[in-house]
Amino acid sequence: MLESYLRSRLSEKEILLMTHIVLGYPTFEDSFKIIQAMVKGGVDLMELQIPFSEPIADGPVILHANQKALALGTTVNKCFDFAQKVTRTFDIPFLFMSYYNILFKYGVDRFAADTADGHLRGAIVPDLPPEEGQDYLKAMEKHNLAPIFIFSPTTTAERMKYIASFAQGFIYCVARKGVTGVDTDFSGQLERYLARCRKATGLPLALGFGVKDKEDIDFLRGKVDIAVIGTQTIRLVEKEGVGVVEEFIKNLTE
Amino acid sequence: MIERGYYEGFGGAYLPEILIVTFDELVETFQKAKSDPSFWQEYTEIMSTYSCRPTPLTFAENLTARFGGGRIYIKREDLNHTGAHKANNVMGQGLLVKRMGKTRVIAETGAGQHGVATATMAARFGFKCTIYMGEVDMERQRPNVFWMERLGAEVIPVLEGTRILKDAINEAFRDWVTNMDTTHYVLGTACGPHPFPEMVAYFQSIIGKEARKQILKYEERLPARIYACVGGGSNALGIFSGFLDDPVELVGVEAAGRGLNSGQHAARLCSEDASIGVAQGYKTYFLQNSDGQMKETHSVAAGLDYVGVSPILAQLKESGRVRFEATTDRQVVDALSLTIRKEGLIPALESAHAFAQAFKEASTLSKDDIILINQSGRGDKDIFTVADAFADPKWQEFIKNKAEQYHA
Ligand SMILES: Cc1ncc(COP(=O)(O)O)c(C=O)c1O
Repeated sequence: MLESYLRSRLSEKEILLMTHIVLGYPTFEDSFKIIQAMVKGGVDLMELQIPFSEPIADGPVILHANQKALALGTTVNKCFDFAQKVTRTFDIPFLFMSYYNILFKYGVDRFAADTADGHLRGAIVPDLPPEEGQDYLKAMEKHNLAPIFIFSPTTTAERMKYIASFAQGFIYCVARKGVTGVDTDFSGQLERYLARCRKATGLPLALGFGVKDKEDIDFLRGKVDIAVIGTQTIRLVEKEGVGVVEEFIKNLTE
Repeated sequence: MIERGYYEGFGGAYLPEILIVTFDELVETFQKAKSDPSFWQEYTEIMSTYSCRPTPLTFAENLTARFGGGRIYIKREDLNHTGAHKANNVMGQGLLVKRMGKTRVIAETGAGQHGVATATMAARFGFKCTIYMGEVDMERQRPNVFWMERLGAEVIPVLEGTRILKDAINEAFRDWVTNMDTTHYVLGTACGPHPFPEMVAYFQSIIGKEARKQILKYEERLPARIYACVGGGSNALGIFSGFLDDPVELVGVEAAGRGLNSGQHAARLCSEDASIGVAQGYKTYFLQNSDGQMKETHSVAAGLDYVGVSPILAQLKESGRVRFEATTDRQVVDALSLTIRKEGLIPALESAHAFAQAFKEASTLSKDDIILINQSGRGDKDIFTVADAFADPKWQEFIKNKAEQYHA
């Protein structure tokens, strides 16, 4: 189970690190190398985004990565094949991240079955609130996968409880309003929001959107269980290449 | 909690968590307004004093004679202030924005009509206004960009994706998830997450309510057929909604672009290239590949080349209540040309799709039958596209001279 893995990691390490990549960007070969570097750098778990043509919750950097990956011929089947290779090679949990249409067109049950077959542990689907996700929830449960749900600063206390009642593994807390890839103000306000999240669920908490360096992660220490680095590694790879990824990851939690 | 807003399996609200509260507020404001009898009164009042409602019904005597079939009437949504039915939706949403106490509006636009209407409403109500428009559409519809900017709106070119309408919608959502406290997203058609399909169709229903009354007054009977073009579906739902319970055949006309087999069209309800999916917050037919990636679309009319379609129309298609057809760019330009010459009316390229389909069928109806065409907008905005389609030499000369003038 994802949650018990996280708990056992947390008994050794104060804050865990989750990273995100867009599959097939810049190429599948690079995706593999980036994952390798991240694992070596000490990442605890990873999101693998299956690109979608309309990623409405993502900012410009991840949006471009999605579009490029698709333009270069990334398909859902290739993502499944690739993910299987990755889970066989690396010993950390992997999750799929995508938008609901990808699951819907693939067949929600088939998607869950193949995700489980590929030894991934769960999925994050940002445009699927629990209200619309009953088929998805059933399929995920049947295949023993964690449906990761999202809290946002606008989520009421009552709704946090409602969402938490469907969630498994951990809760992904969105740090602020907006899309991915914009800086977040790590402040007292964020702290109060995280305290609200903590009150609503016993699951581990992850915080993402705008986490980009060691300073951000130091702020989060003791406040959340998992820090999520998304856009920043894509920017880094674009600017400086895959070679610097391992060092970057290593320095984050040291 | 979200009221789900489904139309026999189509619709819903597939929203990022951050927007749930914003939609709850919108649903509540809309429901309250809708059940407050004074709201519709306020709405029709502003439409009659600020826009041009009721818009007339015009008997097209020459076109009727030309086809020798049914008597052709045209509902004149082109006479709305800003030149299209878009004004109906925008003024309605503007009243809701006032109720919610927000101070800024954003919108997407394809043909530019919705952008101009939104910018106009913002000027009138004193809201700040930002319009997202695909770069390709900005090139096609420059006159509307000009007017939006004069009206005080900021027009942001969208360089992502296919750089047309659907991409502008994505960008508007990205703005909204950041600024929802002060900002309302004035979605331009009966698509998107609940409550937009219901809300936009509600405001556009003013078209059908008027048209039914008018045709009964003039002819003392109902039309046999009603034609409306279908982009997202708002003008079609607007006119159809007045006749849903009547024995009237309703025909929605999509853009066949360069042909239904060309891969360059926007026919979601009458082509094999579309299938059911979930994107931009709702479930409907989309032009997408087998992985669920959206395809490129094409139409000579920028307002029709959207990848999705109203979930309400998807349901009306499945139930068989509305028939869907598609006409090509070429047929549309011919129909436009004929309408201009015969009636002195200049429909928008979007609206001309409805005319083209009606012309294909008019002669098969009897002389006692009535045909009603919804002229959703006027064609002034299309002058560049239409002049190109006719390769008008005098126009080209004018543009050349104008360009030289700027070079000097
Ligand atoms: C004049 C006109 N008619 C029709 C449409 C298509 O939209 P809908 O199907 O929502 O009426 C547009 C869209 O921009 C338009 O400008």
